[in-house]
Amino acid sequence: MTAIISIQHLNKTYRSKDGASVHALDDINLDIARGEFVSLIGPSGCGKSTLLRIIADLIQPSGGAITVNGKPAKKARTDRDYGFVFQAPTLYDWRTVLKNVELPLEIMKHHKAEREARARAMLQLVELSEFADKYPWQLSGGMQQRVSIARALAFQPGILLMDEPFGALDEMTRERMNNELLRIWSSLPDMTVIFVTHSISEAVYLSDRVVVMSPRPGRIAEIIDIDMPRPRGTETRDLDAFFHYSSHLRHSLREGIAQHE
Amino acid sequence: MQELFLVSKSPFSPRIFVHIHQLAKPRPHRYNTASTFRNIALFKRDKFDPFMATIRQSLPAPATPSPPNFNGVRRIAGTLALLLVIALLWEGGKAFGRANDYALNIGGVTLDLSIFNDEQLPHLGAIAAAFSEPAGRNAPPLYEFLARQAAFTLWEAVRGFAIGALIGFALALLFTYSALLQRGCLPFVVASQTVPILAIAPMVVIWMSRADAKAWAVPVIAAFLTFFPVVIYTLRGLTSVAPTAVELMDTYAASRAQVLFKLRLPNALPHIFTALKLSATASVVGAIIGELPSGSQSGLGIAVLDFARYYNQSPPRLWATIVVAGMLGIAFFGAVALAERIIVRWKSETSE
Repeated sequence: MTAIISIQHLNKTYRSKDGASVHALDDINLDIARGEFVSLIGPSGCGKSTLLRIIADLIQPSGGAITVNGKPAKKARTDRDYGFVFQAPTLYDWRTVLKNVELPLEIMKHHKAEREARARAMLQLVELSEFADKYPWQLSGGMQQRVSIARALAFQPGILLMDEPFGALDEMTRERMNNELLRIWSSLPDMTVIFVTHSISEAVYLSDRVVVMSPRPGRIAEIIDIDMPRPRGTETRDLDAFFHYSSHLRHSLREGIAQHE
Repeated sequence: MQELFLVSKSPFSPRIFVHIHQLAKPRPHRYNTASTFRNIALFKRDKFDPFMATIRQSLPAPATPSPPNFNGVRRIAGTLALLLVIALLWEGGKAFGRANDYALNIGGVTLDLSIFNDEQLPHLGAIAAAFSEPAGRNAPPLYEFLARQAAFTLWEAVRGFAIGALIGFALALLFTYSALLQRGCLPFVVASQTVPILAIAPMVVIWMSRADAKAWAVPVIAAFLTFFPVVIYTLRGLTSVAPTAVELMDTYAASRAQVLFKLRLPNALPHIFTALKLSATASVVGAIIGELPSGSQSGLGIAVLDFARYYNQSPPRLWATIVVAGMLGIAFFGAVALAERIIVRWKSETSE
């Protein structure tokens, strides 16, 4: 397996509004292989979202090296190598569901017929075909987030970056969305997913590897391989391994926090 | 503005009041920044009410807020009721004044009620009747005369509206992309509106005459009033974009022009229409005031001047002109509101 994302000695400090210098990330080293599902987990303030945004080239690192698809992060962004899913669905209210999914294709200047065909296929993938002509406000929160996933996948990027996409959903909806995501991921060969979350069970359930981060400054505390069979489903949550990994993760997170108190 | 207008009706009918509250409720589909917060709120609601969330998600179709729509009928009924109340107060006041011989003695203090006499406040019937009477000696009926003046003024107002909207929009674009220009120029844009238009109008007339464009003097004066709301609201619409909505564009490596046309402009459209509705009425006012020093032969402003000069001979004619001027402003406002309905289609049907 080749590393699709490679991060070496990455540092990030920024100035907060009151002028104080905040050390957000400290010496991050991480390689992610093509087709891998990796979760970043940690308490708030551990820099997991910052790290994701640096990979996406939405924020610039203060030091260190990062390559995405073998190129600098900026080049990867302008080459549209990744799709990004925000915590809020961030749909454009003046566009129908279908037109929202078409947005990236419009910007990348695809032809109209192809745009619509692809957007419809994506809506089918997230099982929202019958809502194509609705406006975002007519959909529930979970549906809106599925639309935003369809939009992120519409231009067939090889990498999917997700910033706590289900963080605001209730437990039941979130579990269903997790299954949806795994189903979509397994139907797209070689799709790499980096998934930021603060939910232990979500991280264990979804991931090949979980990167545990600790706060102030943001550091990688531990990287855990999740060795559970795929495809995963409801029964996965009842496996002994699931409980084992969950409690391991919980301890790891607790230590990370305890060190700083 | 619309809501304020409606709220002003509230003292007259509790039912209208309830109706206003429904209208004034935050609508479920706000676009701009608020939408993001709404989405988060929606998530939170789902979080705290998993049962309802599950039910909502398993519904075959999303529940759209579309109750049986009597809003239009109710609104018209409300407007008619308000007009009736005004008419009753008007005629009631006149009857009261006449019964007391236009002077009321309250404990030694005499209250002058002459405002209710026929010279100062003609009967509504007299104003209505004036429309069909000749506008002057050997002149066509007043309604025909006023219709012609109104058409003349409307054409001036429309041109002023267009000039003002274009200038306002261009300035808002400049200010969106140049913080320096915005900081430097916006105070002057605001200050421009503190200068009384009556002081500027004669100068504009002189300038435009010298430039051999006298026909554009009044539109330019009207534009002076109309560009202002367009600058302010368009600027707000173009800049009040959710940060993540811009970041989304960054993840697509979208160009500046694409961000403008696919994000900022659609986001600004509802704001722009709010401005245009204000500008529509302001352009009629601007045109009427602009006509006063313009030396023009026609227009509602000229009619106001004439009928004011001969007010003592026939008060209802001036009142009739005021009624027509008001209707002209409302009609222009209505036309813009209609355009908004057609263009801003993503709002729900319960919205304004």
